[in-house]
Amino acid sequence: MSDSTETGPVLAADGSPLKQSLAKALRREKMRALALIAPLLFFIVLTFIIPILSMLFRSVENQIVSDTLPGTVAAIQDWDTDSGDAPDEIVFQHLFIDLFNADEAKEHTKLGSRLNYEQSGLSSLFRSSGRNVDDIGESFQDPLEEIDPAFEEADFWYDMMNGAGGEGLLEERRAMWEAQEGDTLAGDVGFVPSQAMIDLLPWTTTAYTDFAIWTAIEDEDVVAEEEPWEAVYGALGMDLRNPETVAAIAEYDGPGAAQLQAVVDNLDRLPETSFREAFAEIDEDWLDPEVWGTISVYSPNYTPGYFLTAIDMKLGADGVEAQPEDRQLYIKLFNRTLFMSLVITGSCILLGYPVAWLLANLPLRTANVLMILVLLPFWTSLLVRTSAWKVLLQQQGVINEILVWLGFVDDANRLILMNNQTGTIIAMTHILLPFMILPLYSVMKTIDPSYLRAAKSLGATNFVAFWRVYFPQSVPGIGAGSILVFILSIGYYITPEIVGGTDGVFISNRIAYHISSSLNWGLAAALGSILLVVVLALYWLYDRIVGIDNVKLGG
Amino acid sequence: MADGASNDAFVEFERVQKSYDGETLVVKDLNLEMPRGEFLTMLGPSGSGKTTCLMMLAGFETATHGDIRLGGKSINDIPPHKRGIGMVFQNYALFPHMTIAENLSFPLEVRNIGKSEREEKIRRALDMVEMGDFGGRRPAQLSGGQQQRVALARALVFEPELVLMDEPLGALDKQLREKMQFEITHLAHNLGITTVYVTHDQTEALTMSDRVAVFDDGKIQQLAAPDTLYESPENSFVAQFIGENNTLEGTIKELKGETCIVALDDGEVIDAKPVNVDKVGDRTLVSIRPERVEIDQSRLQEGAHTLDAEVLEFIYMGDIFRTRLRVAGKDDFIIKTRNAPDQQRLQPGQKIKIGWLAEDCRALDP
Repeated sequence: MSDSTETGPVLAADGSPLKQSLAKALRREKMRALALIAPLLFFIVLTFIIPILSMLFRSVENQIVSDTLPGTVAAIQDWDTDSGDAPDEIVFQHLFIDLFNADEAKEHTKLGSRLNYEQSGLSSLFRSSGRNVDDIGESFQDPLEEIDPAFEEADFWYDMMNGAGGEGLLEERRAMWEAQEGDTLAGDVGFVPSQAMIDLLPWTTTAYTDFAIWTAIEDEDVVAEEEPWEAVYGALGMDLRNPETVAAIAEYDGPGAAQLQAVVDNLDRLPETSFREAFAEIDEDWLDPEVWGTISVYSPNYTPGYFLTAIDMKLGADGVEAQPEDRQLYIKLFNRTLFMSLVITGSCILLGYPVAWLLANLPLRTANVLMILVLLPFWTSLLVRTSAWKVLLQQQGVINEILVWLGFVDDANRLILMNNQTGTIIAMTHILLPFMILPLYSVMKTIDPSYLRAAKSLGATNFVAFWRVYFPQSVPGIGAGSILVFILSIGYYITPEIVGGTDGVFISNRIAYHISSSLNWGLAAALGSILLVVVLALYWLYDRIVGIDNVKLGG
Repeated sequence: MADGASNDAFVEFERVQKSYDGETLVVKDLNLEMPRGEFLTMLGPSGSGKTTCLMMLAGFETATHGDIRLGGKSINDIPPHKRGIGMVFQNYALFPHMTIAENLSFPLEVRNIGKSEREEKIRRALDMVEMGDFGGRRPAQLSGGQQQRVALARALVFEPELVLMDEPLGALDKQLREKMQFEITHLAHNLGITTVYVTHDQTEALTMSDRVAVFDDGKIQQLAAPDTLYESPENSFVAQFIGENNTLEGTIKELKGETCIVALDDGEVIDAKPVNVDKVGDRTLVSIRPERVEIDQSRLQEGAHTLDAEVLEFIYMGDIFRTRLRVAGKDDFIIKTRNAPDQQRLQPGQKIKIGWLAEDCRALDP
């Protein structure tokens, strides 16, 4: 005691602190241990942890809206969702530019699919609008080219727009494209917007810059040789609706001044319909405030929307609200999954316990034969086993035939054992039984038969000896088996898919549906995350009640 | 009632046989009678049938043939839990999920004994083995010796008349084993319980028992008090199995009442006591304890025969000296001499003469 109070840390023989030299001595071993597990660790991180994390990230990720419609999303912030009316012209002007770009990049259909999860009909709205957005631009292009044929010329546009001072705008729009594409668009565009034009015709310059970047980098053409997109004409039309712009053109004397002045003089030949009306003409849903409400609610980069859907809620204009009755599905599925997993775990205990007991107590030779019978299912394909159950369980199947033949069941009232919960429970109990038997067996194997003899010699009947002496010692095996079976069954997919029908499917079947059929990965990820959390919570609860130390897989 | 001797026998085996596979007998025609209060040890090498006998008595094995009686009543058809026999197992078999008190309470609970009486009995039983403070512990928290005591207390707490112990001290270290041997013997005698004790350790059998039954080949080879067993083994198996023993092979040359003369195979002759040899010319195995061999000629009887011996090895063991000799062509003849001030310390290579009293050298079956 006096040693430690006087000298502080204990020193090694060479005077360095003992802890330090111990760490040094152990470092080599630690490094070697680390090197040994490194390949597996690398493999797991690369193929398991990272994909899972990215999948979990998908459950809240929602950048597609702001990436695809950046201008619209920014403009819509000023719109009052409770106004009962679609947003103003300015939002539609942004929508025109954004949708045109998205159409070029073929991204608008993805956005449509995404928003369709939240409100049906949006997918077709975006698809048809992408197809027709060119028409809006053309309605400006034709009169402009009639007023002055120079507007048909690629080099006229290039000379008018090209200049210096617009590098900021160029990079800004390049970033927009990169977000849109999800890819880098590095390289020389061969075009810099002129500052004069940015000041004079902001919409047009922006649209032309978008066109220039795409043409130079994605299409790998020369900007000066390509006729601009319809969007650029549409944008010029937007600019010319601004009286200040019209006034400023009179003052302007740079390239294309004459042609611009000619347009100003013939403004009445340009279409007068607003962009709002033009979009309404393509599809009148664009005037539906609910459509805009959905776009507005899902415009942030991260959304709780998938998780809310996963618990039968949705993000309405006024916050979180319940889904309509007919769309409520997931809570019921979660409950069913938990309930059926419990039933399956219970029946596995009931059926597996006696078998495990036999395995642990029979002579070795007999036990080995029995063990092979237990393990045999492991060696056949899961699909084969489940399909075999299909043969057994169907109404014209083996079980029903035998029951009818024996006269237990009337031919007209054959038992419905498949495509419902019964089928799933029967087949999954069979398939998961080894996961209950093996841990039970390995625990029972360690229970010395002399305990039972001792209990009997102390005066206990067979039952009392079993119940008070043997059973409590086998509980850790039941615990381990139950955790295994429960956690496996809660995420089971193939068996419910094949024999479960509609009544007997689990939440994982829904997840698989969203992954492979509806392609709603965000919702699938949210459902998966909830499942993960539920399992962890149950595991925690189990630890609190039973204690994880009491779980033994053997030994 | 057929024979009067069985009237006061408490435990009785009558013509008991046991076979597991229907081909070989593990226990062959076993007859045994134990009076009340006796401490009897079944001693034998593994596979000699001693544990099987114990298990038949406890009810975990059924006799293939014969009758086992307890207090005059046949118990062949009584299940183990109704026999009321206390049992201590080799690995103690304390229930690991119960505390010590719960372990002791178990036999009382299954007998529907009231709570206060139960507690009183548990306390007394624990005090008896000096484990009174350990009632709340789990078996895993106790040392081997403590577990042993608890197992003993548990076997005694419901006050059985018969206690069976299956190699209960096998897992303990030597010192603790010796201490427990002493304690168990005292406890059994003080409580007046009839005890059947199974062991393969002959020291344990000799020090603890009233009588020892030496088992071999499914039969009791000899059933006698420890001193008789040691000093007067009835056959060569018992002689070899109990204690250390020198053996010499030879032929009976002369039989004269209480002594005989045996001609060893190399021609030398020795004095011996005939035990189970009948006539001159029989082959025999003579057996002599190492401590009964004399190296001091003056202490032998007049006219006693002696053998030439060469000292091969001298081992100093503290209280005794152990010397290995070459005698009659065999290299493993051992003698033990007491470490006394005047005791001669033999040197390897030394040539000596050895001899013994005729009654210490037993001529047994070959």
